[in-house]
Amino acid sequence: MSTEPELDADVAEMSFEDRLEALVGTRVLERDDHKNAPGFVIRPDDVQDVLFDLRDEAGFDHLSCVTAQQYDDRYESIYHLKQYDDPTREVSVVVPTSTDNPVSQTAEPVFRSADWAERENFDLVGIDYEGHPDPRRILLPETWQGHPLSQDYNQEKPQVVTLSEHANPLQADHKDTETDTMFLNIGPHHPATHGVLHVKTVLDGETVVDVDPDIGYLHRCEEQMCEQGTYRHQIMPYPDRWDYVSAGLLNEWAYARAVEDLADIEVPEYAQVIRTMGAELCRIAAHMLALGTFALDVFGDFTAVFQYAFRDREVVQDILEDLTGQRLMFNYFRLGGVAWDLPEPREEFFEKTRDFLDDLPHKVSEYEDLIVTNEIFQIRCVDTGILEPEVAKSYGATGPTARGSGIDMDLRRDDPYGYYENLDWDVITEDGMDNYSRVLVRMGEVEESAKIIEQCVDLLEDWPEDDREIQSNVPRTLKPEADTETYRAVEAAKGELGIYLRSDGTDKPGRFKIRSPCFHNLSTLAEMTEGEYIPDLIASLGSLDIVLGEVDR
Amino acid sequence: MSNEPTQQIYDSTAPSTETQEDRMGPGVDARMNSKLREAFGSSPFILTKFDQFMNWVRGSSMFMLQFGIACCSIEMIHTYAIKHDLDRFGAGVPRASPRQADVIIVPGTIVSKFGPRMKRVYDQMPEPKFVIGMGSCTISGGPFQEGYNVVKGAEEIIPVDIHVPGCPPRPEALIYGVAKLQERVANGESSPVVVKPYELEQFGDLERDELVQKLADQIDEEDLVMRYNWADSP
Ligand code: SF4
Repeated sequence: MSTEPELDADVAEMSFEDRLEALVGTRVLERDDHKNAPGFVIRPDDVQDVLFDLRDEAGFDHLSCVTAQQYDDRYESIYHLKQYDDPTREVSVVVPTSTDNPVSQTAEPVFRSADWAERENFDLVGIDYEGHPDPRRILLPETWQGHPLSQDYNQEKPQVVTLSEHANPLQADHKDTETDTMFLNIGPHHPATHGVLHVKTVLDGETVVDVDPDIGYLHRCEEQMCEQGTYRHQIMPYPDRWDYVSAGLLNEWAYARAVEDLADIEVPEYAQVIRTMGAELCRIAAHMLALGTFALDVFGDFTAVFQYAFRDREVVQDILEDLTGQRLMFNYFRLGGVAWDLPEPREEFFEKTRDFLDDLPHKVSEYEDLIVTNEIFQIRCVDTGILEPEVAKSYGATGPTARGSGIDMDLRRDDPYGYYENLDWDVITEDGMDNYSRVLVRMGEVEESAKIIEQCVDLLEDWPEDDREIQSNVPRTLKPEADTETYRAVEAAKGELGIYLRSDGTDKPGRFKIRSPCFHNLSTLAEMTEGEYIPDLIASLGSLDIVLGEVDR
Repeated sequence: MSNEPTQQIYDSTAPSTETQEDRMGPGVDARMNSKLREAFGSSPFILTKFDQFMNWVRGSSMFMLQFGIACCSIEMIHTYAIKHDLDRFGAGVPRASPRQADVIIVPGTIVSKFGPRMKRVYDQMPEPKFVIGMGSCTISGGPFQEGYNVVKGAEEIIPVDIHVPGCPPRPEALIYGVAKLQERVANGESSPVVVKPYELEQFGDLERDELVQKLADQIDEEDLVMRYNWADSP
């Protein structure tokens, strides 16, 4: 590498950004800075080179998101890189390709997470990644015509979709005389897949030898919908429907944060406290569902744990309904604040919330008895579905999945937003790397969330009455300056939920890209389960806690 | 030990007779005599048509298919679970296999890739079968109606008996929908098919237009396919 920055006195004084630029050196064609990070434009055949350098020399070990988009004169892939140790260190690598020949080098050898991300970009936008090991469509059916997010796509054209995979679900597969494997379809309609996931599995006896998650059965064109809506009001309802297990407010925050960054909108402190409280309530509800369905998956507990978990969710949903007006699809955040203040009478709301918090420790210990210390549960979960931290990082795993492998990253603490900085709570990590650890992390997070809510309630109770500003002043039609780009993420229930936004000068986004934590977490499934028994596959899948609405978007 | 029955209870028949007396009260055993029975008078028989009887039975004991698609399925699970407890209405035991189910609740957005699968699941259910469409997505595609990949309502694929509007409908609304369906089933009503649904066809049977020509080397003649005509969708 010719351009390695020399370690002398000057270097220490150079800003981080300059050192990065020096590292990429002559390969930088020009700068294309985004609001969140410096951006370097490079040639399509330098991708691996540059990314290897950034990963190995500058410590960018997290390929957070790969955005693809089409301009009038070019296609563009953007690699959003971050560091697990300090997610505020970001850099974007921008790779333009021509319209007639959109071919760009793949980043898969550098980051495994690029595998699925680039397949998605090929599928929806139509950029070819040279050297990609598996250049298939990922979300749309194989027989789909055209790339829907490219400019010349005609949505009115008919399409033909096959049902061939279903022809013979159980199939002997004697590849050679040695092996005697069986092909097994799990899903897309199957109780243990938590929605409409299709897992193509090859078994050798009871051992899983190959897993290929087939997604896209719930690809609802979320990005297209968001690109058709106006910033101010029309987009906010959609985030609720990405991760729909009551995690709505967490998702709304991702959108709110991205636009607030894009258009420099301030959020009043009071609104931040309400947001923080609401978001953590959502996290509890989401983790409760994860616990309940996981117990259902691994020891068929439809009676106790599952019903208890739903009982507790009902309580949370009641509180959220009081706050937002809906049980599931809240649509409560607004750009620059929240829709309305706490419900009157406030005392009643506080009392209800406090009652819930007071009951929670008792309930958590109940779950501990029923789940964590349960022998059957431990046999099923301890030391199954191992996910090494290095593997998790290269696949871009985040959230409880990463924290169960000992990766100490939580955007609430590391890239603070909202009111989290001023509150007292801990990030839960476990280093078991197995299904059990992931459950423990979720259980722990429920308690931490309760702590956060409690502090928020205290704050809100004493908040001076004449200072309860719930929304800052946001123009009725929001038109951020043309060609501003940003990528912002929050810690949603399943991990890092990021949004890339490009404005084109109108009141609708030019490009709206969702970085879904579940999508990347799910891609680790093969690593976790190959070589294990088939029941462990089900347990591992459950412990990832995926939501198909977010995987497929 | 306190949690073991005392000797006194072992030896005596008093506890059971006491409970029995408490339940029956004095006089003749009137436990089986419901208000209905009173209305019918002294005859212990009801005359009815066999069909009507079967319909009534069908409506009073429905087996749902455990079928989750999207956001609405979360509210559907809440309807089955504690608090709302759909089982109170004799319809709360989700079956994992379509072959054991009478009712399919379609809880969510149907996209092109899932359409053929849903049709297949529906086809696997034994007759008579009923469909509840839950949420705006099963009515029209809901919030995603304009999506390039979204089927504009469940009725494009399977006939729907009851639509429960909402996004998502509250559990109470779903219960109301189920109760309405039970009523209809008990009355022997069935829903008219209002649109010509997309069908599963063999690829070889499709009309040879440009698209089919193009796909001819990718798809086997005998493969089942579903052809979407997006432009004609409402
Ligand atoms: S109707 Fe609404 S809540 Fe139900 S599946 Fe559709 S988008 Fe989700």
